[in-house]
Amino acid sequence: MSDTPGPPPSGGAGPSSTRKEPPSGSAGPLTTRTSPRRGAHPLARFLVRRVLLAVLMAWGITLVTFVLTNLVPGDPVAANLGQRALGDPAIVAQWRAEHGLDQPLWRQYLLHLQGLLQGDLGTSQQSHRPVSQDLAEFVPATLELAGAAILVSLVLGVAFGVVAALRRDRLSDHALRVLSLIGISVPTFWLALVAFYVFFYRLQLTPGSGRVDAALGLAPAVTGMQTVDALLAGRWDIFSSAVAHLVTPALVLALYTIGLLTRFTRSAVLEVLGQDYVRAARAKGLPGRVVLFRYVLRSALVPIITVAGLAFGSLLSGTVLVEAIFAWPGIGQYAYKSATTLDLPAVMGVGLVVGVVYLVINLVVDVLYGVIDPRVRLQ
Amino acid sequence: MTLDIGGLTVSIGGKEILRGVDLRLEAGRVHGLAGESGSGKTMTGLAVLGLLPHGARVSGAIRLGERDLLTLPPKELNRVRGGEVAMVFQDPATSLHPMLTIGKQLTEHMRHHLKLGRAEARARAVELLGKVRIPGPEEAYGRFPHQFSGGMRQRIAIAIALACSPKVLIADEPTTALDVTVQAGVLRLLRGLCDELGLAVLLVTHDLGVMSAVADEVSVMKDGLVVESGPRGQVLREPAHAYTRSLLDSLPDAELR
Repeated sequence: MSDTPGPPPSGGAGPSSTRKEPPSGSAGPLTTRTSPRRGAHPLARFLVRRVLLAVLMAWGITLVTFVLTNLVPGDPVAANLGQRALGDPAIVAQWRAEHGLDQPLWRQYLLHLQGLLQGDLGTSQQSHRPVSQDLAEFVPATLELAGAAILVSLVLGVAFGVVAALRRDRLSDHALRVLSLIGISVPTFWLALVAFYVFFYRLQLTPGSGRVDAALGLAPAVTGMQTVDALLAGRWDIFSSAVAHLVTPALVLALYTIGLLTRFTRSAVLEVLGQDYVRAARAKGLPGRVVLFRYVLRSALVPIITVAGLAFGSLLSGTVLVEAIFAWPGIGQYAYKSATTLDLPAVMGVGLVVGVVYLVINLVVDVLYGVIDPRVRLQ
Repeated sequence: MTLDIGGLTVSIGGKEILRGVDLRLEAGRVHGLAGESGSGKTMTGLAVLGLLPHGARVSGAIRLGERDLLTLPPKELNRVRGGEVAMVFQDPATSLHPMLTIGKQLTEHMRHHLKLGRAEARARAVELLGKVRIPGPEEAYGRFPHQFSGGMRQRIAIAIALACSPKVLIADEPTTALDVTVQAGVLRLLRGLCDELGLAVLLVTHDLGVMSAVADEVSVMKDGLVVESGPRGQVLREPAHAYTRSLLDSLPDAELR
């Protein structure tokens, strides 16, 4: 807190013994720094710094994904060419040259980086399409699924956590504790299977696999997220079908995060409830609702968004099993297929996307800290 | 208005914290409440505002004018809190919300209790900041607590307490967390406000030096009971109770005489 401004001098009113002011020599710069518009600057500077840092880290991610992918034991040639082609050195050499594998590693990295800057992630050896095109198709599906899951988790998890904290040691608190523990400990793939069996097969409440009814076709792609695209196109039929398809897998994914957020919110709220400023707010006679939202939740949000950010990241990269069971054409399935066929450009593409998504989440969380807590901005 | 505490007992988890406390606060007078840590001073202050910890059991009476604060329904008690009885806490570093501006914390209860509009509340807040001698009240209005020194923060906390023109002010060790050089100023401010606004002040402190500087009446507490009470001069110069004498003896001589 180096740039904490002292109060501007006020012409000597008040007992001087009670002031801890800087010497009057610094009065000039102080008054200029405390102009009303000053408030906007620290946040902007804070933002620029965080974005620059994120760019640097994005470069680090390209390096790590590249190195790790090339360290993987296994020969992409063997994984991609048939037995007969492998026997012909000319074909093998040609394939290697085609995919740039005959170059030294550092040159391959530079070429990879050069391609990245032009938006070229290479060509998938499996789909024979540009990796960027594959990702543009699969990433939005996963974003939609994980986004829905994190939204549901935030709403329910925070609400449950607050209720548990306010009704500490009463029946509702104990009930929520049991529920959140179940949510945290039940394996997602098992839950997915059970949900699929019960809601689709037995009760026939939900549509089965996929993202929309095949009969309706897809909404024109804008974001790649069916719910959003359907809304943009004004196609309510597609929208409701997309939501119906989304509900079960999103809830299955969300259950863990709901449990997690319930636990975290409960302890965060309990901690804040014990703070002096909450007692001071009560002493001011503010209504309980104001004390809860303005005084308690505001402080409790800092740990909550930290956990929510991390949970969103792991939702995005941990959807493989749920995607497989609900036949959701997302990045998890794509990553799995690419990894098992040693489709290196695709693997790198997925690694890069997941890394960048984490970066963006962290950036958003950092910015939210700054928005919520003025002390962060001013540091 | 007077605040009359009679036979106040508080127990938490079966343990008796207060065992029948009697205290009387009068308008325009500062009543000092002394005693060692754990003697029940702070609990007495919190009981007045109904802010005792979870699960505390209270009996006795706390009369503000005609009403007994202990039997007041929650809604009406909330009108008394901040509106008629206000409180200043020990540590201004923790009693102000770090993420809300001074202005917000000064005006929210004014707007709630007095139904003031935004502009009116703001004008009154700036006036209050001037009254507690915060330099540059207009600029201070939009700042956050961490941008002020400890003494300034306690002055702001006092301004917040006074915002709705309460009749009674409970000050719980208001100078304990402050530098010695800053303490005198905050005490002078409290004394001045008490005289000017006709406040009934309960000044809770373990520091008899503080007491001798500003209090009109002094009560001494030990183990949940008031063991001695009376005008300052009498209690501090001719203590009747052995405990008061031992408290006084523990002071460096120069402070009182």
